[in-house]
Amino acid sequence: MKPFTVHRGRVAPLDRVNVDTDQIIPKQFLKRIERTGFGQFVFYDWRFGADGTKNPDFVLHEPRYEGASILVAGKNFGCGSSREHAVWALADFGFRAVISSSFADIFANNSTKNGFLAVRLSEDEVAQLMQRAQDIDDYQLTIDLEQCEVRDAKGFRAKFSVDEFIRHCLLNGLDDIGLTLQHEAEIAAYETQHPAPSALKAS
Amino acid sequence: MAQKKTLFEKIWNAHLVAQPAGRSPILYIDLHLVHEVTSPQAFDGLRAAGRKVRQPLRTVATVDHNIPTEPRGTPITDLIAAKQISALQLSCKEFGIRLFDMDSPDQGIVHVIGPELGLTQPGMTIVCGDSHTSTHGAFGALAFGIGTSEVEHVLATQCLAQQTPKTMKIDVRGRLAEGVTAKDLALGIIGQIGTDGATGHVIEYAGPAVRALSMEGRMTLCNMSIEAGARAGMVAPDETTIAYVKGKRFAPKNAEWEKAVAHWHSLPSDEGATFDKVVEIDGAQLCPFVTWGTNPGMVAPVTGRVPEVKGLAESDRRAAELALQYMGLEPGKRIEDIGIDRVFIGSCTNSRIEDLRAAARVAKGHHVSKKVRAMVVPGSQTVKRTAEQEGLHRIFQDAGFEWRESGCSMCLGMNPDILQPGERCASTSNRNFEGRQGRGGRTHLVSPMMAAAAAIAGHFTDIRNWKYQ
Repeated sequence: MKPFTVHRGRVAPLDRVNVDTDQIIPKQFLKRIERTGFGQFVFYDWRFGADGTKNPDFVLHEPRYEGASILVAGKNFGCGSSREHAVWALADFGFRAVISSSFADIFANNSTKNGFLAVRLSEDEVAQLMQRAQDIDDYQLTIDLEQCEVRDAKGFRAKFSVDEFIRHCLLNGLDDIGLTLQHEAEIAAYETQHPAPSALKAS
Repeated sequence: MAQKKTLFEKIWNAHLVAQPAGRSPILYIDLHLVHEVTSPQAFDGLRAAGRKVRQPLRTVATVDHNIPTEPRGTPITDLIAAKQISALQLSCKEFGIRLFDMDSPDQGIVHVIGPELGLTQPGMTIVCGDSHTSTHGAFGALAFGIGTSEVEHVLATQCLAQQTPKTMKIDVRGRLAEGVTAKDLALGIIGQIGTDGATGHVIEYAGPAVRALSMEGRMTLCNMSIEAGARAGMVAPDETTIAYVKGKRFAPKNAEWEKAVAHWHSLPSDEGATFDKVVEIDGAQLCPFVTWGTNPGMVAPVTGRVPEVKGLAESDRRAAELALQYMGLEPGKRIEDIGIDRVFIGSCTNSRIEDLRAAARVAKGHHVSKKVRAMVVPGSQTVKRTAEQEGLHRIFQDAGFEWRESGCSMCLGMNPDILQPGERCASTSNRNFEGRQGRGGRTHLVSPMMAAAAAIAGHFTDIRNWKYQ
């Protein structure tokens, strides 16, 4: 996993609440068996018309937000389907982080497995960032996972909290399967006490 | 005296393999359900790392999400979908995993076949790369959806590192009235607490209205927990649960059965156990619901109207305006005046035999409105066979409904079953998100009875006034 330490980048505002994973990556793109190449389909139905033409009004198509790597969005971001393709699509499109006042649990979990940051700030702080991203040209933020802080060059500074272990994994880009397998002895002991039920063994 | 524990805490504690200092607890997973859409990248991850599936016996796979519901044997014309199915077949063979394939008499939606095969049992930890895994909580299991990286993690380790969720009790007093179903209860709850009302929590549904539900009803209720943002939903096991599991193919037998039942009786939350949050609902006050917007919390009584948006807080008002614009509705419109083009009876929420019986009872002797195309998609081959033995398929077909093969179908429209732009659908599924059932499609979530009645009337109608034939 790609480590996340400090990231500075352009901010794009997505001023909607309850952005569900069906919007982030519509179902017709879930049939691929690869983990890559989903960026072209991110927010597909909002970015493109039914005939495949680009919707110039969608925020990510405004030239001023081109190359944005930080998305600011309304509450309950990533709700709905468990599809990790949503995180893959955002990351593949070029985002390193989403800032919102709340995230759906599975989306937040999936983010941490991909070196992608779901940063939770207060509703008030998110509203401020949304406003700045709309008002200021080439608005940039720094997300500092070492300090657990989001800041800009114009005086905005907010702390965020993240589970200490998840932070450790993100900072170091650790593979958590490897970490769990460090407990091989405990897993094996548990399995000795709790063998697979005999009914599962019958064909 | 020992500390009083909730159902959730009992299961969680019994599955802790390790609690490393400064890390998330490591939880053992009893049953891992796998389907074609969220697993291929996980199997590839195993291959890349040279890992095996740790417990193939505890891993069970089926195909459900992208398969056609045309008669089996019809070639799959979507080549990318076909490739995804064949990837699962190859992975199951390579790693020694039991697969209920397209041609299996046990194939079906993963959350329908787990329970009906007796794989799902009280006290278990169950995961699947699908958010509606919460369904299995109906049995008093801790069951939750995971992403593909976690699918790989469970395949490799049979464990998951998980932060401990909070607990929420939803206490449903009174009894649901005739015509008010578990689906209406679920929609009523989400309408009250919101689509993020239970984020970070595991819900335990309790109270007389929940106790009175059948296993099918409890599955519908727990299924929709994720739509309130919950990590999982659960109902404590009781005699209804035990009677359902008994005799199922993968249920414990003989001495193991006796031992299991004794264990299951110890699972319900202790009297006086505390929850992080408690919500009370008056079940007797609930009515049949219809969603009007683009998330399951945007819900109105069938006797009500599309709500006014003026009084709402800024972000909610804009969300409601966008939803109404997408849905092609105006505030103040009577729900019963909303006409429909399509009806979908199916999905992991409402495609079990009891759902089909309820819908068939409504449809019997009537005919689907001329302007409506209606389809019934049984949740599994077993549900389909049972329904056909009971003659339900004839009732549906005589009434003008299409009777199809089992799968997820138009719940998410990954297969050819989709809405056309602008089409309005009464659907027994779980999500009314923009484009969920097809780009530009407009989904209204309802119970199976309400969907059947809407198919016949051509618009929403209060099932409590239905003229049964």
